[in-house]
Amino acid sequence: MDTSMIVKASIALGGTGLIMGGLLAVASKVFYVEVDARVELIRAVLPGINCGACGLPGCDGAAEAIVAGEASNTACVAGGSDVAKQIGALLGMDVSEVTGVANKALVRCGGGKNEVAHRYIYDGQHDCQMAQQVSGGPLLCPYGCLGLGSCITSCPFVAITLGEDGLPKIDWDKCTSCGACVKACPRGIISLVAEDKEVHVLCRSHNAGKEVRAVCKKGCIACKACEKVCEFDAIHVIDNLAVIDKDKCTDCKKCVEKCPTGCLADLTATRG
Amino acid sequence: MERLFLIFLAAFLINNILLIRFIALCSFFGVSTNFETSIGMSMAVVFVMTMASAVCWGVWRFVLEPMGVGEFLYIPAFILVIAALVQFVEMVIKKVSPTLFKAMGIYLPLITTNCAVLAAATESVKPGFWKLSLQYNYTLGESLVHTVGVALGYSLVIIMFAAMRERITIAPIPRSMRGFPISFIAAGLSSLAFLGFKGLFGI
Repeated sequence: MDTSMIVKASIALGGTGLIMGGLLAVASKVFYVEVDARVELIRAVLPGINCGACGLPGCDGAAEAIVAGEASNTACVAGGSDVAKQIGALLGMDVSEVTGVANKALVRCGGGKNEVAHRYIYDGQHDCQMAQQVSGGPLLCPYGCLGLGSCITSCPFVAITLGEDGLPKIDWDKCTSCGACVKACPRGIISLVAEDKEVHVLCRSHNAGKEVRAVCKKGCIACKACEKVCEFDAIHVIDNLAVIDKDKCTDCKKCVEKCPTGCLADLTATRG
Repeated sequence: MERLFLIFLAAFLINNILLIRFIALCSFFGVSTNFETSIGMSMAVVFVMTMASAVCWGVWRFVLEPMGVGEFLYIPAFILVIAALVQFVEMVIKKVSPTLFKAMGIYLPLITTNCAVLAAATESVKPGFWKLSLQYNYTLGESLVHTVGVALGYSLVIIMFAAMRERITIAPIPRSMRGFPISFIAAGLSSLAFLGFKGLFGI
């Protein structure tokens, strides 16, 4: 190959590149769109998983809302206090005191596959929403966990696994309280609870004690044993279900010891 | 007019870029999971492909061919043109329609690396790769008709496939076949169906 060919190739490709580059430079001026630099900085701080726990359309929407003043620096639930502090620093806020008790997701059902009775065998799609649509699900308890793992697939942090008893187990170290599993559960069994509380009611059934006993070994039968043993007036049976007042509860665990069905749980181990 | 119709039909159905030529399968499987995003991707591809072919035709005719460097330089030159065009399209959409920009934001840069755009541009200006039963040496008009045919063929298949995949997702199929395995089988069957167009009007 003679050198003239190299020169020609350089001119052809270099010239095309120069022309295209020049046109792009002109276009970037003509079609310039002003973007608040803080939006991009905050977007870089956010986790970027678009979980929607903040109630805004993804992390891009959250960054824009925070800069526009429509959301606070603590809007990102999944990011927690670390992200809140970083966002606050970018916005020039005093964030030395971002504290508070974190929430964690809790499966409020203790009826595993050995405890709860079935009225038919579900053999459809492995999805709780779909099972719920087939005559209200295969369980005799209308409040019980279907155990088909919709919460597991919905969790963007892989914090939920299916336990040997057929119930989902949530790893609180991984849980960011984004609320994706809460939305995914068709029976509303999963809720966010304060991380520092150890005693929780693992049942959602409002049926009468006799009916609960007939379908589940671990359901709340509204016997009021917990109510009687509590010295702090922190637990009451309301509409056939034990309810704990978290402000009054001191985690003395006397109710846990007294509960005949074991629907009151001590989550000390879960807290780690 | 007849020649234009045959060029269009050949590019649109008979030599469909996805199901017969198996080009741009990455975006085909990547974006066809959702009906709406597949429509957005199709619109972007039609726009970028048509513009890219027109500009590449000019670069080939007025720069590369006269200088005698086209044979070995056309691929880098066309990639340069396509990348610049995608940047330009991105700027225009961002300015004109921020909503559309947000909806398509992820897919627009993908088009830069979409081999379908490069294949359509190459075939338009330097035909022979696809071995059509048509006389080559396209004029600019014929080149554009060919590109529009390719782009609409891409759109037809990706939208059709997205509609199919939305149904496949909720179909009762074995666990091991869910996701990509069943999609590949469905694509293969669709490809066989498109082979039925072979020989239409002697093309």
